[in-house]
Amino acid sequence: MVTEQIAPQYEGPPQVAAHTATWRHRHLLDVDSLERGEIERVLETARAMQEVLARPVARTPALRGVIVCNLFYEASTRTRASFELAGKVLGADVINVSAGGSSVEKGESLVDTVKTIAAVGADVVIIRHPASGAPYLIAQTIDSHVINAGDGQHAHPTQALLDAFILHDAFGRLDGRRVVIVGDMLHSRVARSNLWALTRLGAEVTLVAPRPLLPAWLARGGEEREHPLALPNVSCDSDLDRAIVGADAVMALRIQRERMRGALLPSAAEYARRYQLTAERVARAAPHAVVMHPGPMNEGVEIASEVAHGAQSRIEAQVSAGLAIRMAVLFLLVRGVS
Amino acid sequence: MRRVLMRIAHEIVERHPPPEPLVLMGMQTRGVPLAERLALSIEAIDGRRIAAGAIDNSLYRDDLARRSTARILPSRIPGDIDGSVIVLVDDVLFTGRSIRAALDALIDYGRPAVIELAVLIDRGHRELPIRADYVGKNLPTRRGDDVRVRLAEVDGVDDVALHPAPLGLPTDGGR
Repeated sequence: MVTEQIAPQYEGPPQVAAHTATWRHRHLLDVDSLERGEIERVLETARAMQEVLARPVARTPALRGVIVCNLFYEASTRTRASFELAGKVLGADVINVSAGGSSVEKGESLVDTVKTIAAVGADVVIIRHPASGAPYLIAQTIDSHVINAGDGQHAHPTQALLDAFILHDAFGRLDGRRVVIVGDMLHSRVARSNLWALTRLGAEVTLVAPRPLLPAWLARGGEEREHPLALPNVSCDSDLDRAIVGADAVMALRIQRERMRGALLPSAAEYARRYQLTAERVARAAPHAVVMHPGPMNEGVEIASEVAHGAQSRIEAQVSAGLAIRMAVLFLLVRGVS
Repeated sequence: MRRVLMRIAHEIVERHPPPEPLVLMGMQTRGVPLAERLALSIEAIDGRRIAAGAIDNSLYRDDLARRSTARILPSRIPGDIDGSVIVLVDDVLFTGRSIRAALDALIDYGRPAVIELAVLIDRGHRELPIRADYVGKNLPTRRGDDVRVRLAEVDGVDDVALHPAPLGLPTDGGR
């Protein structure tokens, strides 16, 4: 069951030649379907988009006449605003549908809602849904491009791509760089998608969490029988003070309060004591280390305020990178496929 | 090619003597090194240091939906272009559509006083009311022919080649 959550449609690493001129994906459902050259293509395109965003008139006609629909079944500020703005900067028409205030409240099923949206002419459907795998269902149902903006505990590909973009900015190639991700590894779609993106770009990833929230089977080596889905370059540790030493980047994940009630997590104070990114802990990482957080933050729980707003923090840069990444993804999906 | 570029540089200087604020904008990809070479030539003529930038028109193309290689290259705009004289530089002028797209892109950066166009090769077959102010060489072609400019900075060698369209095939060129 756990393996299904990780990657519903994972069929091994893609075999197609890297960096082909034509973009071969109609949808972006997770990062696991992208090979290294394709991830780099997204980052390269996002860099050009950043230049567009810096112009006095940040608006281009690249997606003129394209209708983009934001379909959000979960609360979201930055992802949704960022997709909406990305579409508008590229000249697309963007409509927003949220579960509250739409026919969803009247009991319409996901498939029916999506068919309706496709019927009014949406070329791209961007979906966030609490059920893992919902975007895959939609991609099979309609002819529009589908972008996964976060599905349950499964994937959040644009977040992982923007994190990769930030790291690429800081270090160039990521080969041999070590990234520590701290938080609820078992339930985090951000962590999952980041695992795919970062390891494919050559980084080593250390997952840090209290033992019940640590998918130890993901790490290779150390165990008697390796799990078939164990990833190279991934290690697990329940001791942040040990894992953070010499790291090139540290990413804290939001602690979801509902998990604390489920007895998987100790109290917020107990979690903070052992796993909060404090200035003292960050000082043990490499001197050039960057600090990241996908937001929204619980300052004082998983990250100290002084770290969140400190010199090593790239958290604000993550938000603006998110816009460029989402423009790049929209552009490649709609215009890159011949 | 060096002689042709030097002649264009002289023409630009003649029309825009110092101290006119001149900016050369190369069109991605091969217009960019051409703009840089022209800037050096102009500096050799009158000592002016001319800014050379790069402009990518791929987000503005009217055939974006029909092209399969959507690769966006960086644009570099040297400073504020409001009120300046801009010379767009490209290798081959053909239908004029990519110039149209570049003009749209450029105008999103500001309001230049004048925009002119310099091309190494004018091969004819315009589809829009666009003409070049400075032309290196007029090259009569058929619509289906393929004109390739290679530059040392990009291709390792400077040359221009005309690859004729195969006889008997429809020649609708880049349309």
